[in-house]
Amino acid sequence: MFPARSNEMNMSALHSLIACHECDLLHRVQSLHYGERAKCSRCGALLYAKKRDSFEHTIILALASLIFFTLANFFPFMTFELNGRVQVSLLSTGVQEFFERDMWELGILVLCASIIFPALKILGMLYVLGPLEFNRRPWHAALVFRMVEHCRTWAMMDVYLLGVIVAVVKLSDLANLVPGVAIYSFVALIFTLAAADSALDTHMVWEKMEKIS
Amino acid sequence: MRGVYPTAARSGLMSCHACHQLSRIPPVLSEGEPICPRCEAHLHLRKPNSISRTWALLIAAYILYIPANVLPVMTVISFGKGEADTILSGVKELIHAGMVPIALLVFFASITVPVLKLLALTYLLLSVQYKSQWRPRERTKLYRMTEVVGRWSMIDIFMISILIALVKLDAVATIEPGPGAISFAAVVILTMFAAMSFDPRLIWDNIEEKS
Repeated sequence: MFPARSNEMNMSALHSLIACHECDLLHRVQSLHYGERAKCSRCGALLYAKKRDSFEHTIILALASLIFFTLANFFPFMTFELNGRVQVSLLSTGVQEFFERDMWELGILVLCASIIFPALKILGMLYVLGPLEFNRRPWHAALVFRMVEHCRTWAMMDVYLLGVIVAVVKLSDLANLVPGVAIYSFVALIFTLAAADSALDTHMVWEKMEKIS
Repeated sequence: MRGVYPTAARSGLMSCHACHQLSRIPPVLSEGEPICPRCEAHLHLRKPNSISRTWALLIAAYILYIPANVLPVMTVISFGKGEADTILSGVKELIHAGMVPIALLVFFASITVPVLKLLALTYLLLSVQYKSQWRPRERTKLYRMTEVVGRWSMIDIFMISILIALVKLDAVATIEPGPGAISFAAVVILTMFAAMSFDPRLIWDNIEEKS
């Protein structure tokens, strides 16, 4: 393994530069004011941004997300009424139905996109940012934070919500649908988690992690 | 002003995919993969085997695209009578029911997006392989859009998951997912992986000089 050999002066020179992740052009890192963003001068990709109180905001929003996530999973999601027959479903009922029909591929897919990845993302954010806020570096912080970044693409609650809307529209003239507590929590969760995402300053997290280690 | 663009690769540096920390390119790349000093991710100058991996995923997606559209994604069974729905017939049904905005949404997410994604990635791969100099900035934007918009095609899969959870009234009405749904989900996931394995920096590696 190589990287250990760079001496200190080299390291600080490397820290003052950043390469665009989409076109590889080198830029000098400049200090920004709050709310400003640095974009690549050649291809326009976002390089980095400076956010106010990033750690505190992200932690609070992640905690709120955790509460909504719990509510969304344990309370009734929707009730279906047809000719006096009532059917209550949970967020995870669809997954269960896929497994019962031996379509485990789709079961796993929906389970991961709507429950597991969002959970990993929330817990991962809290696990890394919580201790860092108090200047402690949690175990395997780098590994966990890289996982959080991957969950951005694969946690698809926002897409899931549109799926819910389309399903409701399809059933609306067939039966009576009553939204449950979970569906409201789910919508709230989408907002708080998106806000946590946009409050999160990943460059700051990596820098802080490096300082503490 | 003319001159060579100062990229990381030309300066003997490589950028970490995960945390964007720059590291020096080691002189010999034989002894295993270098690791980022900051986040411990594996370092690569460019995404490994980007072009062949993206082609492989993309071709698989093209093949599965056929069963995804031909086979039924779900069957609505009411009073013993089954009615199979493909992706397209689902959209038609929504139009007939007078729900045009929702029909447009589903049409866009399940038909327009996958097709455009397949075509966009094919074009990007060819343009890199033929060392195109044409509009690198716009091609990068096209790539960025392909990457962002891909996950929205999952709407149909989630809709089926909600329908089968709600409608299970045995004889009166049941909804069964069909084999088309698996192919369709596979197309979406394969194109998402294809977009991830494509390295947009390859577009710019062909652009030598400022003009």
